[in-house]
Amino acid sequence: MKINKVYVVLLLLALVAPFFLYPVFLAKLLCFALFACAFNLMLGYVGLLSFGHAAFLGTGGYITGWLMMNSGMTPELAILLGTVSAGALGAIYGKLSVKREGIYFAMVTLALSQLVFFIYLQAPFTGGEDGMQGVPRGNLFGMIDLSDNINMYYFVLAVFLFGFWLIHRTIHSPFGQVLKAIRENEPRAVSLGYNVNDYKWVAFTISAALAGLAGSTKTLVFQLASLTDVHWHMSGEVVLMTLVGGVGTILGPVVGAGVIVTMQNYLSGGELGNYLHIIMGFIFVVCVLAFRSGIVGEFQKVWKRNFG
Amino acid sequence: MKMMKKTLLAASVAAVASSAALANVSDDKVKIGVLADMGGTYADICGQGCVTATQMAVEDFGGTVLGKPIEVISADDQLKPDVGSAIVRKWIENEQVDAVGGMVSSAVTGAATKVTTDAKKIALISTSASNAFTTKACSPYNVHWTYNVVALANGTVKPMVEAGKKKWFFITADYAFGHALEGVATKVINENGGEVVGAARAPLGTTDFSSYILQAQSSGADVVALANAGNDTVNSLKAASEFGLTQMMDVAGLLVFTPNAQAMDPNVAGGMRTTTGFYWDLDDQTREWSKRFMERHGSIPAMGHAGAYSMTMHYLKAVEAAGTDDSDAVIKKMKEMKPDDFFSRNATLRADGRMVHDMYYVEIKKPDERRDDNDIFKVVSTIPGDQAYAPMLPECNFK
Amino acid sequence: MATFLGINLFGLFGQLLVGLINGSFYALLSLGLAIIFGLLKIINFAQGAMYMLGAFAAYLALQYMGINYWASLVLVPLAVGLVGVLMERFLIRPIANEDHLYSLLLTFGFALMLQGVFTHMYGSSGLSYSIPEALRGGTKLPFMYLPDYRAWIICASVVVCGLTWWMIEKTKLGAYLRAGTENPQLMQAFGINVPLIVTLTFGFGVGLAGLAGVLAAPIYSVSPDMGSNLLIVVFAIVVIGGMGSIGGAILTGLGMGVIEGLTKYFYPEASNTVIFLVMVIVLLLKPAGLFGKEA
Repeated sequence: MKINKVYVVLLLLALVAPFFLYPVFLAKLLCFALFACAFNLMLGYVGLLSFGHAAFLGTGGYITGWLMMNSGMTPELAILLGTVSAGALGAIYGKLSVKREGIYFAMVTLALSQLVFFIYLQAPFTGGEDGMQGVPRGNLFGMIDLSDNINMYYFVLAVFLFGFWLIHRTIHSPFGQVLKAIRENEPRAVSLGYNVNDYKWVAFTISAALAGLAGSTKTLVFQLASLTDVHWHMSGEVVLMTLVGGVGTILGPVVGAGVIVTMQNYLSGGELGNYLHIIMGFIFVVCVLAFRSGIVGEFQKVWKRNFG
Repeated sequence: MKMMKKTLLAASVAAVASSAALANVSDDKVKIGVLADMGGTYADICGQGCVTATQMAVEDFGGTVLGKPIEVISADDQLKPDVGSAIVRKWIENEQVDAVGGMVSSAVTGAATKVTTDAKKIALISTSASNAFTTKACSPYNVHWTYNVVALANGTVKPMVEAGKKKWFFITADYAFGHALEGVATKVINENGGEVVGAARAPLGTTDFSSYILQAQSSGADVVALANAGNDTVNSLKAASEFGLTQMMDVAGLLVFTPNAQAMDPNVAGGMRTTTGFYWDLDDQTREWSKRFMERHGSIPAMGHAGAYSMTMHYLKAVEAAGTDDSDAVIKKMKEMKPDDFFSRNATLRADGRMVHDMYYVEIKKPDERRDDNDIFKVVSTIPGDQAYAPMLPECNFK
Repeated sequence: MATFLGINLFGLFGQLLVGLINGSFYALLSLGLAIIFGLLKIINFAQGAMYMLGAFAAYLALQYMGINYWASLVLVPLAVGLVGVLMERFLIRPIANEDHLYSLLLTFGFALMLQGVFTHMYGSSGLSYSIPEALRGGTKLPFMYLPDYRAWIICASVVVCGLTWWMIEKTKLGAYLRAGTENPQLMQAFGINVPLIVTLTFGFGVGLAGLAGVLAAPIYSVSPDMGSNLLIVVFAIVVIGGMGSIGGAILTGLGMGVIEGLTKYFYPEASNTVIFLVMVIVLLLKPAGLFGKEA
């Protein structure tokens, strides 16, 4: 009940926000929030740290961008195909990596995403370092003109809400319960007869597809897909967002993405642009040393102590 | 007396009103955003220096145009197209920027000019090299000032092929600029009876060029052409000398900016010939401006810096002449007026946005020829604009 | 031009040499990672930043204190090792009992900070450090011209890696170390100061990265991101080699350098990806890595 009220307030804020803030900034924030939520599905609910989620963000972006430029598709179809491609890549990755745990899993996903990075760097269709420039936003369902920033924003909001709802459903489904059981005690889940690796693999694929959805949408917002989205720095950024917001909480990644994207927005381009990486590294260190539950996690603790 | 006061008042009200009507300046100021590389491979050739040069132009113009203040803001594109394009989008949509200047990496400029063109804002391109902005990606709002790859190839490659250096190998920066330069230079080589025996593509910002140098070494070429810029040129020349390539073959730096020439070993780089759009020590006019720039910036200007000053000045003059900061009116004036200052010699701004002016074929001085650290180039010949640049494409004639 | 079966030997040997040089750096870095992992079971994501720190330290020592290359070769690894010791003591030990993923994230954050600080102070375009006088020339081999400094890197790296291997596998100190890895409680009971061993080992592993940094300074330009891109390749090498053995880390490092060099000659387009492709193949055939024990 309390939680529902929070959601209603947040939704109202999201609906009126573009009249007060720059809509492209808000749309970017929502794309990263979705990306972080998708990532959190793995880290927070399966307990596996993927250090290669940028590969899915970038794949979604490139496929959608290419389709928008070359196929004359409507945006919703291009996004759908971008998402499916990222999911397919995730399925392949998952097969290679879910057998490994902990640090190994992080390193394998990182190395695999670097493989994808170099392929995109050299593949002619991505434009290499130049990026894929001038992607048209198109008309949603052939009718709504997305080149208008306000329209674009509401479309991104709808995409985000869909992704968020899907993750919410996944976590609270019987499937999600098994995932949590694996996270808490894997040997026990195995002894109960669950094929643990299959569960992890499906979760990884869903997570990859949603990261791809975020990347596809982001490409439309900025009309550009570039190597930044596939670079391992991006994989690190999404870890940071999730960590800051609160690993394993449903709203944590959204809050974390909000904090980090806002920070980047104000720091980059300004006098303090140089400090961005120092500050991000510092937040990382502080979060790990003293603040492991993240903003939402700490908030929940305080709430429980005083009102629970 | 009272009567006179009234008349005066009325007159001044009328004056204010008429100047307001005339000075049709959006949101009461003219704002120029300078996009540059503040800390990367190209920081020396168009980083803070491009901002300083732009500010100098604004100050020399008087700080105001049509009675409204001129503001310069700047940002670091980190050489990333996505970062550059997002900054320009924010500038135009959220911060009322009227024109975007600076611009170095052709990849970033490609992305940024897509945004400026969509928003009908003027892009003043100082240091980017690709010829795409006035050819296949031409736009009525692009102004490409200092030089481009065609001028480099015509200036540097052609005389070498004509002098009998027939087999060429390229070490190319692997993005828009390098590809464009390699493509244009290859055309020049083939047209003059030479051939290209191979090419190695190195990512922007490569620090170890040894494997590319070895590829070049085993290619059997007469000339190894460095189709890169900034520190990439410095580092590739360093590796070439380390592996003894400079003793076996000619190395041609196709794009050498003065700060990079200063960073090269004069024993290796001395005698190398290249093409430039500006050199600080040409005559009294260039020396006068360069001295002022040096006092502010600490080092001699590279061609992009001088270009940034010159194009900003021309833009502001056009705003004044047009009586508005409306892009269509300003760009029309810019193309009508002849650019003429210490930088732009025998110059015209063509309808496609290409600023055609005299270019210089220069030789990097050997150690014993140098007076001091700033004495880098000697001018071999002046290349008239129409011989340096390609003719305008009919589809890019935005009259 | 010397050719054999249509292969241009000049080009081939040159690329093999460059591969071997890269392999020398891979070996030094993956060796450091393997030593740290062996004892602490953590992956030091800051290993690349420590390599960068080593190169910057050499540059700054020369610039501001007149300390030459040869002195740097000894002093800088010690200094970087000291940074490692402090890092272990004050950052990693407080979270030693948490999930090891947290220490991975911690070292990642630390690496970002270091990189950010140097980018802020020196820009990202790179500084140059000249090759020491004594190693400036080169030797003309039948098939290629070998710069002395490059030859020196290979020798130095092989000697340092070999000594480290010998120390860990063949000496008493190494025996303590290995025993501490297997059973820390028992070692503590025998009166051996395990936390001290852990700290010093971390310092040693990090110091190796610092040494690699000094070796790299004259040939790669000294820049803040020189370590971060290299590190990902080293991670892939560690996955290929497996985490089981010190010797495995060294051999895989050198071997992957050579494979990369061969690829540069025969199919340059794949030279960036070949190590990652090898990793995928190894993961499919031998998930624990070539030298790793099945976890």
